[in-house]
Amino acid sequence: MFAYIVRRLIYAIPILVGVNLLTFTLFFVVNSPDDMAASQLGDKYVTPEAIENWKQKNGYDKPLFLNPDAAGVAQLTDTIFFDKSVRLFAFDFGRSESGRDITTDVATRMWPSLAVALPTFLVGIGVNICVALMVVMFRGTRLDRGAVFVFVALMSISYLFYIIGGQFLVAKTWRLVPISGFHTEGQVWKFLILPVLVGVVAGIGAGARWYRTLFLEEANQDYVRTARAKGCSELSILFRHILPNALIPILTGVVVLIPSLFMGSLLIESFFGIPGLGSYMLDAINSQDFAIVRSMVFIGSILYIIGLLLTDISYTWADPRVRLS
Amino acid sequence: MKPVILWSDALIFLLVISLTLFFWRLRRDPQTRERWAEVFSSRLGMVAFTVIAAYIMVALLDSLHFRRALENPENLATEEVFYDNKVTSVFDVLTGGMGERFERTYSAPFALLSFEKENIKDADGRDIRDFPPLRHAGQHLSHPDERAADILGKSVRALLWGLLLCALVITPQWLLLRGSRFPWLASWTTQAVILCSAVWMVSLSRHYHILGTDQGGADVLFQSLKGIRTGVLLGTLATLIMLPIAVTLGVMAGYFKGWVDDVVQYLYTTLSSIPGILLIAASVLLFQVYIDLNPDFFAVGMEKADAKFIALCFILGVTSWSTLCRLIRAETLKISQLGYVQAAHAFGVSHSRILGRHVLPNVVHIILITFVLDFSALVLAEAVLSYIGVGVDPSMGSWGNMINGARSELSREPTIWWTLTGAFFFMFVLVLAANLFSDLVRDAFDPRTSLRRASA
Repeated sequence: MFAYIVRRLIYAIPILVGVNLLTFTLFFVVNSPDDMAASQLGDKYVTPEAIENWKQKNGYDKPLFLNPDAAGVAQLTDTIFFDKSVRLFAFDFGRSESGRDITTDVATRMWPSLAVALPTFLVGIGVNICVALMVVMFRGTRLDRGAVFVFVALMSISYLFYIIGGQFLVAKTWRLVPISGFHTEGQVWKFLILPVLVGVVAGIGAGARWYRTLFLEEANQDYVRTARAKGCSELSILFRHILPNALIPILTGVVVLIPSLFMGSLLIESFFGIPGLGSYMLDAINSQDFAIVRSMVFIGSILYIIGLLLTDISYTWADPRVRLS
Repeated sequence: MKPVILWSDALIFLLVISLTLFFWRLRRDPQTRERWAEVFSSRLGMVAFTVIAAYIMVALLDSLHFRRALENPENLATEEVFYDNKVTSVFDVLTGGMGERFERTYSAPFALLSFEKENIKDADGRDIRDFPPLRHAGQHLSHPDERAADILGKSVRALLWGLLLCALVITPQWLLLRGSRFPWLASWTTQAVILCSAVWMVSLSRHYHILGTDQGGADVLFQSLKGIRTGVLLGTLATLIMLPIAVTLGVMAGYFKGWVDDVVQYLYTTLSSIPGILLIAASVLLFQVYIDLNPDFFAVGMEKADAKFIALCFILGVTSWSTLCRLIRAETLKISQLGYVQAAHAFGVSHSRILGRHVLPNVVHIILITFVLDFSALVLAEAVLSYIGVGVDPSMGSWGNMINGARSELSREPTIWWTLTGAFFFMFVLVLAANLFSDLVRDAFDPRTSLRRASA
């Protein structure tokens, strides 16, 4: 088990290097630092001196990969690639274009993101599984077909509609909770309840439909027929036989998302004014702060790889037949 | 008149022609025909397909662009003809100038007065502050109270014309397809509804703003209709760009195995480990910087917007091939173990021939399912991307841009609900039809589900 995890972690290194190379190519080779300086400084007719100054200030005045002027190892380390990309591996994200320390920003903004994303995730899974199980109980009937149609219709509604509609109905018309905002002390739940509700409702269509297919696949198996022949009640078949067996495909889809919860949701956070990583990314994109975007890409990839690893480990827990080697 | 062919126009027509040829060739294959027959033998499938076809038709009509010739006002003695700087499409003409009737600012659906008060002069010439009348709504009415009766009368007349048009369109179909085993009645009903509402919209929009106007005074219904082209094109072109990459790499990885497989797997794992939205946003931003620094590339403003649009399709395609690639690789791995491929090897058939004749035709169903599934996802994604600020150009009408421009309007008093309603409604109908259709396609073509049904 331990050896397996170590090996997977070693496999992750080339992937992270690949991610790094890709973002580096995107940000520095496709768009040279000169282009970036010109667009950051704002106007079309920037003087070459201004560009040089900007590059100097932000540390973009070095060669891309190889510095022929330096001696020894410094030939490789005194470059933009080393400064901006290799340092990410040591979780040294440097400063954003506006001069703020990205590492502290990420560390403080992670928690509001998690405060919204984790409840949404857990409640969402619970609700989806319950709805799907209820529908599976009536499989083959008109109710089942109607429910599938409703799921597809729910899936077809834009996520933006759920957010705007939720804000309009719950916060503006009924005045139950504030429209947006966030507090760290006091009644945090007041600000959290609407984003979580919107996130859960928006996910029901796709989620419940997916769980329904998984459960149906299990419901056609022989062991279900045997259980029924033994005289098990439908409820116990559903919860004692179908649910545990459907757990494995559920885990594949779900566990990989857990680490990404730290990243938060771009849309929810910006609409509800939650100071998490999602709105951080959105602000960075809008102000074209590429240093932040680069760091977030790196963090996102690491979280995804951790998610894949967690998925494998969770298999051994859910399915005793699986042995990691 | 001078035709203008934008890149996206050329691509969409190319796509339609190649799809038609593709399906024409597939007709010979009895198995494929049987599966399509299964899709179309359900009424739901017929309705969904008719709706999608209507959207595609609007998108195609909206892709026939031209520049109007300007009249020669100064009577210059030259033979040279000058053309309007604005690009018009056939669809704009068909809607009867719905998009050319601008108001000053917001107005509610079927309203006669503007939404905001302005300084105007009353009958005696005094300055008062009141809601000014709209320029293009209810001009023919002598008294505002006649509005309801007028709308009703005009609607009835429009419906009668609509029914006449339906008769013209549907009768030939009926004569041709009587006694076919498919539920054409469902399709005809949908066609009738679509045609009647189209006639109703065009004829009433000459006298009213059916869905009101937005902040800039543009007709909301017209904008929603213009969004159709953007949505349909984005949904199809992005998948089209992704297909060659995903299919080539997936088939090669599954067939050749070894280091090719390793490289392809490494590529898609790397790509899918990057949060998709960030990759898309970064790529779009970089392209934007590039365009801003090289503004001389494009002659007309619309061409620049079009280039940005193509780039967006390209970026969406390049960043999203990993899922399909993974599916095709797995399927190819399975197929290349099968007896007929082994036999082909034993007979000394070349790799390219095996791939072309034995492997590719057997992964077509995966491509098809992905194509239909991705379509609706991309239409929905467009709205989100526009909100983030990396979507299509603001000058190009799209549902995302409409929603983005209108999202703060709900907090006004009284509420401005019509812009959002228009955008969300047209988007919802398209996505719902595509989702329902993709379900049916998957049920018919996925061997797993069709096997299960056969055994049950």
